[in-house]
Amino acid sequence: MSIYSDAKYTDVPLEKKQELFDEVKADMRYDHQLYGCYECGICVAACPSARFYDFSPRVFAQVMAREDVDTFYELLNDSVWDCSQCFSCTRCPRQNNPGGIITIMREVAVNHGMQSAKDALKAYSRIIYKIMSTGTQVAPDMLQPDFFPDWGPDVKQVSDNLDVWRRCVPPETMHTTELAWDVSEKTRLELYMIWKLTGNLEMIEKIDEGIFMILEEVMEELLEENGYDIDDYENLLEEEEDE
Amino acid sequence: MQQTLAKKEFTPPQVSSREFKRDNLPPTDDYREQLFELEKAGELEVQRVPEPYVELETKYGRKKKIPHQMTWHHKSCGQCGHIPGYSTSIFWINRKLGFEYHDPRDQTSCTAWNYYASSTSNSAAQAGIAVRNFSQAKIDGYFPVIHCGTSYGHYKETREQLLHYPVLRRQVRKIMDRLKMPFVFPEEIVHYSEWVHAMRDRIAELQVLDLSKVTVTVHPACHYHKLVVEDAVYDRDLFDGQRTAIISGLVDALGAKVGDYSTWHDCCGFGFRHILVSRDFSRSFATTRKIERMKEEVNPDVTLTHDTGCVTTLDKSQFAAQAHKKNVGIPVMSDAQFAALAMGAHPYIVCQLHWHGVDMKPLLEKMGIDHKKAWEEFEVQAERIKAGEIEYISWKEADA
Ligand code: SF4
Ligand code: SF4
Repeated sequence: MSIYSDAKYTDVPLEKKQELFDEVKADMRYDHQLYGCYECGICVAACPSARFYDFSPRVFAQVMAREDVDTFYELLNDSVWDCSQCFSCTRCPRQNNPGGIITIMREVAVNHGMQSAKDALKAYSRIIYKIMSTGTQVAPDMLQPDFFPDWGPDVKQVSDNLDVWRRCVPPETMHTTELAWDVSEKTRLELYMIWKLTGNLEMIEKIDEGIFMILEEVMEELLEENGYDIDDYENLLEEEEDE
Repeated sequence: MQQTLAKKEFTPPQVSSREFKRDNLPPTDDYREQLFELEKAGELEVQRVPEPYVELETKYGRKKKIPHQMTWHHKSCGQCGHIPGYSTSIFWINRKLGFEYHDPRDQTSCTAWNYYASSTSNSAAQAGIAVRNFSQAKIDGYFPVIHCGTSYGHYKETREQLLHYPVLRRQVRKIMDRLKMPFVFPEEIVHYSEWVHAMRDRIAELQVLDLSKVTVTVHPACHYHKLVVEDAVYDRDLFDGQRTAIISGLVDALGAKVGDYSTWHDCCGFGFRHILVSRDFSRSFATTRKIERMKEEVNPDVTLTHDTGCVTTLDKSQFAAQAHKKNVGIPVMSDAQFAALAMGAHPYIVCQLHWHGVDMKPLLEKMGIDHKKAWEEFEVQAERIKAGEIEYISWKEADA
């Protein structure tokens, strides 16, 4: 049980918290991201998210080093998504990488389909669809006033003139509106196979089933059209575990 | 008794008055030796930097090779998608210098923007994506140059992981076998801004504008100089080697002034997830910690940066901040766009400045560019497209 009187998530069994904690620790990268902590606060001074949120990379280093699984679970739910992933905290004199620990924690949260992860990524899922199906993360047609109302009138100008303005860009690869550049079909399919082979589709299913279903339908039809047998591209990380 | 407060004056840090000795710096491994050993053991193939190349000094003194040409341009989603003049300027400078390059269609994003935003991926996928791009570059016969700061940082992280973890190399080998592609990794991971830095004197030779009255502030990208720090380029003659030389070296070569400010090290506030779905954070951070500080301490004509996210966040965050009477209004562009303008590139056909938010006109006037005439020229081309006279603006118009 947590040593703090104001601890949250007391209804979640310790075993569950421990299981998630152990998964973070078992990630091969973890050993190179935490070497103890002086509590010096250098990471906090460099951290943009610490200036805006109730958030501290020092707390992550401390909690993980102390193996305080209750507070770990609080951070996993309430803090991980505030991080900007800028890695300013790598200035740590102990060579810690709090931002890297957070990357792993987020991965575990997504793999478990945690509600807090779903909430954090709710408005973001359509971007996941874009990157996984096209190979580019953002596209010119996303520049719409209702998506970026705070970016000023230029966004409307771009969206009003999108088709012509894209054709006014000299490189031949950049006349696209739905993709950032013209990714060849062969390459898009190769990317999708990498997602399949590494179990990423299963991650998406846990976080947004709707997006997963559309993605699978669209991409697998394309694969079939191009003569690929999708059964050849099963999750190879699972195979590794079996070996 | 009430005291009259003296007007607060800002004194920028005097880095140049300090001596910085390099002799006893911590030794860092040359990762290339490990790469070559893995190559000898038959695990992977190392793509060598093609000659001729320039050698630049990195943070701990290792010399980094930057190729002149035969470069495979690993484009950036955010640049191509939302700041198209960014990538266009990089290509345009290559063309102006007479260099051969390749702008591939067989390239995907590094997907790291998504990874740092959502973690809906894992090391094996991320490494597989990196190696697929690198292998394609080798197959195409060109050496990769990375346009995005985050791709550059993420690929360096990926290299560290591939060198450290045999299990990851085994997984990537399996992926590449399924894709029927070789397992290739480049000898150096080169960011385009390093190439611009390496070429700065040649760029200055072709300069057509007098920039001596232009003052610039520099924002260095976190994923360039904070993520796997030993690869970033430093120069003893710039900031005594205490800050990365990238961008500042170029501005110096072009005869403009670099103005220092107190939050130089701070992030821009991009946040990956935040810039797309939680922008209150990005806007506040970009304006209060970066733009307002630059305004107050330097009042520059422009701020230059060398990454997709930084240009976007610093530029686009300023519009809403005006409503809160914030001291904002600094044009933002990349080092490549600035260099191209200095060499006479068209501000709209090449640098595509109409995709940026903050008003560029006062800057362009100070640089001696007739923006009215330039916009008319752009509109003539746009009208030709609308009339079906031409399908696209081609390099012919841009190179003219
Ligand atoms: S990576 Fe996250 S924890 Fe580290 S400095 Fe950036 S925002 Fe803060
Ligand atoms: S900088 Fe490192 S040692 Fe200092 S508080 Fe942060 S994690 Fe701990």
